[in-house]
Amino acid sequence: MEIFNHNSNIHFLRIRVYSIAIAVVLMLASVALLATKGLTYGLDFTGGVSLVVDYAQPVQTGDVRDALEKGGIVDPVVQSVGGTREVSVRIQPDKAMLDAKGQVDLDKVASVVMQPLKAARADASLKSRSSVSAAVGAELKSDGMLAAVFVMLGIMAYLWIRFERRFAIAAVATEIHDTLVTLGILALTGREFDMTVLASVLAVIGYSINDKVVVFDRIRELFRLARKAEPEEILNRSINSTLSRTIITSLFTGITMAALFFFGGPAVHGFAITMLIGIVVGTLSSIFVASPILLWLGVSKKDLMPVTRENPELARRP
Amino acid sequence: MSDFPRWKYALVVLAMLFGILYALPNAFRPLSAVQVTPNQGAAPADDALRQKVADALVKSHVVAKDVEVQGDHLLATFANADVQKSGADAISALLGDNYTVAFKLQSTVPNWLTSIHANSMPLGLDLQGGVHFLMQVDQSGVLDKLENSYADDIRGQLRDKNIRYESVVRSTVAGQGIVVVLRSDADRSSAADLIAGNSPDLAVTDGPSTGDRFVLYAAIKPTKLRDLSLGTIKQNLATLRNRINALGVSEPLIQQQGEDHIVVELAGVQDPAGAKRLIGATATLEYRPGISKFPDPRAREAAQSGSIPPDANLYYEAGTNEPVLVGKRPIVTGDQLVDASSGVDQQNGTPSVNVTLNASGAAKMQEFTNNNVGKPMAVLLINTEYETSTVDGKVVRTPKTITKVINYANIQSPFGKEFSTNGLGSPKEASDLALLLKSGALAAPMDIVEQYVIGPSLGQENIKKGFDSVMLGLALVLLAAAIYYKLFGLVADIALFFNLLILVAVMSMIGVTLTMPGIAGIVLTLGMAIDANVLICERVREELRNGSTPHAAIHAGYDKAWATILDANVTHLIAALALMTMGTGAIRGFGITLGIGILTSMFTSVVMTHAFTALIHGRRKLKTLSV
Repeated sequence: MEIFNHNSNIHFLRIRVYSIAIAVVLMLASVALLATKGLTYGLDFTGGVSLVVDYAQPVQTGDVRDALEKGGIVDPVVQSVGGTREVSVRIQPDKAMLDAKGQVDLDKVASVVMQPLKAARADASLKSRSSVSAAVGAELKSDGMLAAVFVMLGIMAYLWIRFERRFAIAAVATEIHDTLVTLGILALTGREFDMTVLASVLAVIGYSINDKVVVFDRIRELFRLARKAEPEEILNRSINSTLSRTIITSLFTGITMAALFFFGGPAVHGFAITMLIGIVVGTLSSIFVASPILLWLGVSKKDLMPVTRENPELARRP
Repeated sequence: MSDFPRWKYALVVLAMLFGILYALPNAFRPLSAVQVTPNQGAAPADDALRQKVADALVKSHVVAKDVEVQGDHLLATFANADVQKSGADAISALLGDNYTVAFKLQSTVPNWLTSIHANSMPLGLDLQGGVHFLMQVDQSGVLDKLENSYADDIRGQLRDKNIRYESVVRSTVAGQGIVVVLRSDADRSSAADLIAGNSPDLAVTDGPSTGDRFVLYAAIKPTKLRDLSLGTIKQNLATLRNRINALGVSEPLIQQQGEDHIVVELAGVQDPAGAKRLIGATATLEYRPGISKFPDPRAREAAQSGSIPPDANLYYEAGTNEPVLVGKRPIVTGDQLVDASSGVDQQNGTPSVNVTLNASGAAKMQEFTNNNVGKPMAVLLINTEYETSTVDGKVVRTPKTITKVINYANIQSPFGKEFSTNGLGSPKEASDLALLLKSGALAAPMDIVEQYVIGPSLGQENIKKGFDSVMLGLALVLLAAAIYYKLFGLVADIALFFNLLILVAVMSMIGVTLTMPGIAGIVLTLGMAIDANVLICERVREELRNGSTPHAAIHAGYDKAWATILDANVTHLIAALALMTMGTGAIRGFGITLGIGILTSMFTSVVMTHAFTALIHGRRKLKTLSV
């Protein structure tokens, strides 16, 4: 079975001005979104207290919020988690929730929060509760940034050695695009950004580099094989001949992430959806963004000829 | 079979066997159990106790699956976590404080598997419920203590050598250490030599000199500070382990995270308050020379007038609240205490506590007691509590130390490594003091910065959801690959299935704790592992289109795809490594899973499928390939 015409020869690079322009616009829009709207950080980052409350019968988040505010709790953030019977409540701890030492007492938190909820709906039951200090969140943020930078530099170094400088730069530039756009979409949709989503964003970097490397590998191979190497032609052929693989792999990975999204429960929702966004962004950028950058950086056949002692004849060719 | 060596077949078979065998233990679900261990002095766990517990359970209408004696403890197993909870309540109500009643997940892995070290993966808190604490270690107190003791040492040394000094104080600037002010340049250089000679851990530098003030800085060297910080964390970890063992939780997770954090996870515990009381207690101990205790007039006057002698501190005794004057310099601190047990004094028959010190503590104690027979010595318990106040709308927490004298007694004869404190009020008082001494001293106070409680039902639900999504993700990919790549797809399917097995086997063998992010990592690995096969199959198709013979197409397909697979996986592995280096547990678990998955998938997708392909197509003459 074949979905894609293997003789496809779509001229992806002809529209490179447009595709790069779109990529740049998307990136700028993402940066603007991150700067203005920002990410909706989860408990892991903001600090505070969070509880998961289960209801026997479906419940509206608005009703839960009203019940909490009636109980004297200030600015509760109520979200539904997976289905209509479970909500998460996020609050900043007040005096009534601290113990004698001034630390958050989760038992007190439970009683303060559950009392108004039980009064409003008898079928409410507490499922889990947690508290995180803001300092931990700040540390997580900087750790995450550091990890992302580490990944990009590591990948850059590897590609520099295995391929060539231009490939390393093109790959990392596209990676930055993918990461920013993924974060931008998260900011736009207002999805909660918690620790698992951070892990997912870092995994997106890993996934999308996978895609780029496959195309780059083909570019290198075709350059070495071709007698008359017109870079634009070679790059275009590489994208086309790996197109089927690029899309099939995205579909396969997408299938598993969809399974995780629909059946994995609220704990991995954010992870799966972020990964799905990243897969789409990464796949598109492998096709439309990475190669044009490579072309502009001026990749040529002679940069890629292996320095082989066994075959000096080949190396001498133009 | 021509191009596929025999040893690789052997390797594939071995890997498959390894995968099946070591992943197998995870199929045996552990049972919710309650473990009863007799404390010292209580009746041993025998058949009588078993009968008693079984009867009590029946009386409280708790259905136990089984109650049996296992070595030195009793084990009652239950159908699920809810029954387990009521069971534990009934048993602790029956047995009281003489027995430690603890939650346990009893493994049901058969012996023949455990004998080859095949065990199931431990489950994370999100999969079985429990409490999680993240604590920050506050090391400033340790530095304070060390610098104060150095300042005292320097004063003593200068006095001994008759070097006149104006003052020896700790610098108000952090990191500058101790400031010594001397009267002349000559005094300064001899003081510098003296300090550097006696305390190799101090870096001595000259400060500004004005008129008759010659300043000398003595700062603790960075290497010593680093050792100190490492030692502090280690000591705190050890103390926490002792305290948590007293809680009786089976297999607690207590480990360092990052530079100055400690994470504690107690599976099965649903009551964080009790756990927090114990692990959050930031008590440290000090043995100090005693000076005077109420009703002695000096202590009474000091308490009344508030004028405390310069070489003493005024504290109050726990319980009686009587004022006590003690010397400023500790003889021995709690981190030098190795063991403490309660008993009865051989000579006078009063309840006593026997204490064992480590070598450095023993030397100091010996030196002090040699010179101070007949004089008093005090034991101080120092608790750090936090006060919360709001400054500029921000919650600020300031540590406050509360020091109590828990014991004050005369030294009857010189002692060192082992000694006993007798004359305690009651056997209960003796055993309480022993427990307090032993569960020991945290080298530095800790602050709980993160905590969560996960209910057991949420854990059960997460396991089910995680399992479902792994199975569904696997099934969908298997189906899609088989449809799209036919026979080659089926071969890839077998490899993918074994990839899952081998991944789980490796994780079980190295004891990776399974969490929800880890399960997400498994699912992601499954999705991405098939990529290598997509690459191979696309290559084989391409070769066929270019007119290669089937055998040549297979050969070239694997050959050419390999370079790409290697590059793609190495770059992906770099990303996984970065995730692993992140301190936070959940992300690390995900990164480790991803990393192992990338390695196992490289083997299964390339070597294993090649073996199957070679086996299927090996010697036959082929016209076409099913790809």
